[in-house]
Amino acid sequence: MLLEVRDLHVEFHTRDGVAKAVNGVDYSVDEGETLAVLGESGSGKSVTAQAVMGILDMPPGRITGGEILFQGQDLLKLKEEERRKVRGAKMAMIFQDALSSLNPVISVGDQLGEMFQVHRGMSRKDSRAKAVELMDRVRIPAAKERVGQYPHQFSGGMRQRIMIAMALALEPELIIADEPTTALDVTVQAQVMDLLAELQRELHMGLILITHDLGVVADVADKIAVMYAGRIVEHAPVHEIYEAPAHPYTKGLLESIPRLDQKGSQLYAIKGLPPNLLAIPPGCAFNPRCPLAQDRCRTDVPPLYEVTESPVPRRSACHYWKECLHG
Amino acid sequence: MVEARGEASLQPEAILQVRDLYKHYPLTQGILFKKQVGAVKAVDGVSFDLAPGETLGIVGESGCGKSTVAKMLVNLERPTAGTISYKGEDITKMSPKALRAVRRNIQMVFQDPYTSLNPRMTVGDIIGEPYEIHPEVAPKGSRRRKVQDLLDVVGLNPEYINRYPHQFSGGQRQRIGIARGLALQPEIIVADEPVSALDVSVQAQVVNLLENLQREFSLSYVFIAHDLSIVRHISDRVGVMYLGRIVEIGTDTEIYDHPTHPYTQALLSAVPVPDPEARAHRERIVLTGDVPSPADIPSGCRFRTRCWKAQERCALEVPALAVPVEFRLTDSPAKHDSACHFAEEKHVVPTEDDRE
Amino acid sequence: MPEPNYDEGAAIAPTGAGGAVDLAMSEGESLEKTPGGPLGTGPAGKPRSLWSDAWHDLRRNPVFIVSALVILFLVLISIWPSLIASGDPLDCDLAKAQEGSQPGHPFGFNGQGCDVYTRTVYGARTSVAVGVLATLGVAVLGSVLGGLAGFFGGGWDGFLSRITDVFFAIPVVLGGLVLLSVVTSNTVWPVIGFMVLLGWPQLSRIARGSVITAKQNDYVQAARALGASNSRMLLRHIAPNALAPVIVVATIALGTYISLEATLSFLGVGLKPPTVSWGIDISSASQYIRNAPHMLLWPAGALAVTVLAFIMLGDAVRDALDPKLR
Repeated sequence: MLLEVRDLHVEFHTRDGVAKAVNGVDYSVDEGETLAVLGESGSGKSVTAQAVMGILDMPPGRITGGEILFQGQDLLKLKEEERRKVRGAKMAMIFQDALSSLNPVISVGDQLGEMFQVHRGMSRKDSRAKAVELMDRVRIPAAKERVGQYPHQFSGGMRQRIMIAMALALEPELIIADEPTTALDVTVQAQVMDLLAELQRELHMGLILITHDLGVVADVADKIAVMYAGRIVEHAPVHEIYEAPAHPYTKGLLESIPRLDQKGSQLYAIKGLPPNLLAIPPGCAFNPRCPLAQDRCRTDVPPLYEVTESPVPRRSACHYWKECLHG
Repeated sequence: MVEARGEASLQPEAILQVRDLYKHYPLTQGILFKKQVGAVKAVDGVSFDLAPGETLGIVGESGCGKSTVAKMLVNLERPTAGTISYKGEDITKMSPKALRAVRRNIQMVFQDPYTSLNPRMTVGDIIGEPYEIHPEVAPKGSRRRKVQDLLDVVGLNPEYINRYPHQFSGGQRQRIGIARGLALQPEIIVADEPVSALDVSVQAQVVNLLENLQREFSLSYVFIAHDLSIVRHISDRVGVMYLGRIVEIGTDTEIYDHPTHPYTQALLSAVPVPDPEARAHRERIVLTGDVPSPADIPSGCRFRTRCWKAQERCALEVPALAVPVEFRLTDSPAKHDSACHFAEEKHVVPTEDDRE
Repeated sequence: MPEPNYDEGAAIAPTGAGGAVDLAMSEGESLEKTPGGPLGTGPAGKPRSLWSDAWHDLRRNPVFIVSALVILFLVLISIWPSLIASGDPLDCDLAKAQEGSQPGHPFGFNGQGCDVYTRTVYGARTSVAVGVLATLGVAVLGSVLGGLAGFFGGGWDGFLSRITDVFFAIPVVLGGLVLLSVVTSNTVWPVIGFMVLLGWPQLSRIARGSVITAKQNDYVQAARALGASNSRMLLRHIAPNALAPVIVVATIALGTYISLEATLSFLGVGLKPPTVSWGIDISSASQYIRNAPHMLLWPAGALAVTVLAFIMLGDAVRDALDPKLR
């Protein structure tokens, strides 16, 4: 296994109390595999990724438990220095907002080249050539001419390509993409997503795709982890989850999005609001919004029940997953 | 429906008629003596009608001018040219006094629930402000009651009246914004990306609310969004904008199931569909290049620089927004306005049948 | 001004479309309408304005408490100096000149044989009066001119910006030496007038900037779409949201005006005897610094503490009004 997150817990200390952002997350990605982590804001999907990358702001954040095994090694036990060698070289991250992730006063070529100068000790000239090569690879037209330009001279889609080039520079084994196309227009979004998927296949990398968009997930993912209130509530191969969700939250989400192919009648709406992380409801965190909730759901935290075993294990954190699956 | 289309622009009962609307922002050079060197053509000739009780969706990518159109409809921007007629009267040429009365009837719902509510005012003051500006709508004593009724209508607890916006979540704030828009009992609501800042599970709640309110108060909506699925769900008719112009307009079935403009087809084919089975069955039209700058619009058809069908004619002749010749005599749903010299029907949205 | 809940939420999960964060509130079931249910994370269900949130923060901030107590004390003794000083600051006895501490005269005597303790206490009145009046003048003039320029923009804005550039180019001390040396009046007014003259551009820039920021918010557009008049938009929507930076800068500026008054008095162009002022006392004490350092120590110490208190207060207020900085 390339990456395995085991029982991760993360808290934030805020002025109003302790926010439990991640409460026991397990997931794994293998080489060449795409895991989509799906969730709404506050579900803990990004916090988990930041903990994996080691870029969590601490304080106010604090990892209170769990392991992050990367190629068998627990990253949480590494010294910051050793961690830094992993970051960038072996795992890289792509952010939502390319404009603020790129330095506006350094040319794109220099920013790309810097990676090679720092990690590989290349000369300025060689790293420039590498930068052009990378820009070609992410299909930026006229890469040679544009290598000296600055981020604001590129369009949003092109900037996101540069971000991808930067992440790929050192040929990492794992890429974490946090809402990589959310800020882009739909036609550009498709181009960027295709490019990312293609490069992933080509380089046989592991990809963690963090998103709130059920459509994007369906297009590229192999397996999906749905997060709610800092926990994974459902984990399944992509085909099965869309066919028959085994958790009421997933089911609600799928039913609540309007369809492109028909007008449809009234949308199904999950009632209520996402939970407050300072006061997560006891029992199943989803119980106040759940149509299937019984007394038991208000007291017992549901474990991740095994729904099916193979080839990719399918799990659901619902006491009544059978009813959900067949109902 | 199909028959009425040709005459749609002449329908007398349209509550809002927009004709040849332009908004150009001048680009100037020089500090002391400014001279105009060009213009950003944000909106470059837009016409449409809005019937009473109808929802007109406007879709397009960022920078296509859809938000500028919205601002001109509610008079936040003055058009460079063109007319916006509300019940036959051109509001762009009205006196400030007459305009105030019209404003009551055309209200706006904003995109960002975090910046559209004044953080220093209570919810009661925010929703009640329209009555202070238009005191003739509600006498002073009745206002609190009215505000509480409005809170109830949008699904919020009327007891929240004394709270401040930051005590609410994004979805609840958007409900407050909608309540403010309803306060003056308008006939038209212009909603600019009203749900795009909300979480998926909350989006559905707000979309349903907007639909219920439309039925209850017989409102007409101009619904502007970039999310094509939501637009289809809520709209009766849909206009697709590209670089300041509407390139195709028709009923939701006409646009989504029988698009004839290549841009609409590319746009629809790019929408990720929440169905992994569709991956294999979909043909995706990948557009090359970027949207040209609105300060430097291509000659002829403005989409030609990215269009796979473009020919010489497209660079010379501006295609009119009308029913293409090919479909004029047919009775198919492809018979709707489309600004393309080489319009042809293309099936791009996968349907249930494709998956079987 | 972002509110605390949104902010902390953003720290927890900087994701989602447009970064909107919905984790802030719980249980306020919008569809269920739980009557008066606890909403928000503070005192359950109470309306909390941003001002009251700021006050809540300030009350717990030791920096604020200390500086506020110091300032309160200063204000008290400048109104009623006789509360803690029974003597007359102008009652001097040359025979006692430069003498050190003795019973009844804890701070000793200055070069003219006046009681240093009494003069230090009475000096607070001048300093506080000059500081407060100059700040008031600067704040009113600066925020009105700057605010209007920011709101209306256009030619008036350009003109005002050039004017402020001109004023920024004038070195304060040099300007004071030139302008105030021609004044013969013995009151505090010329000094205050000079400070307002040179101080308003700073505040007008701040006010202009924060009005422009506030103006771009959708709620101002919403009011405009409702048909609100300019004065309503300015007074109801923009001013309350643009005020915070002005308050913060004005508070900090108050401290610097007090120190500027001392500087000008020290240089002999500010206040003149028989007015009692820390600056005058520091000036006269500087000649005797080797023989009688206590003469310098007390007024200079009082000045330093006062200036520091105002600057700390400004900092604390800024932190409370802008949780983003934390």
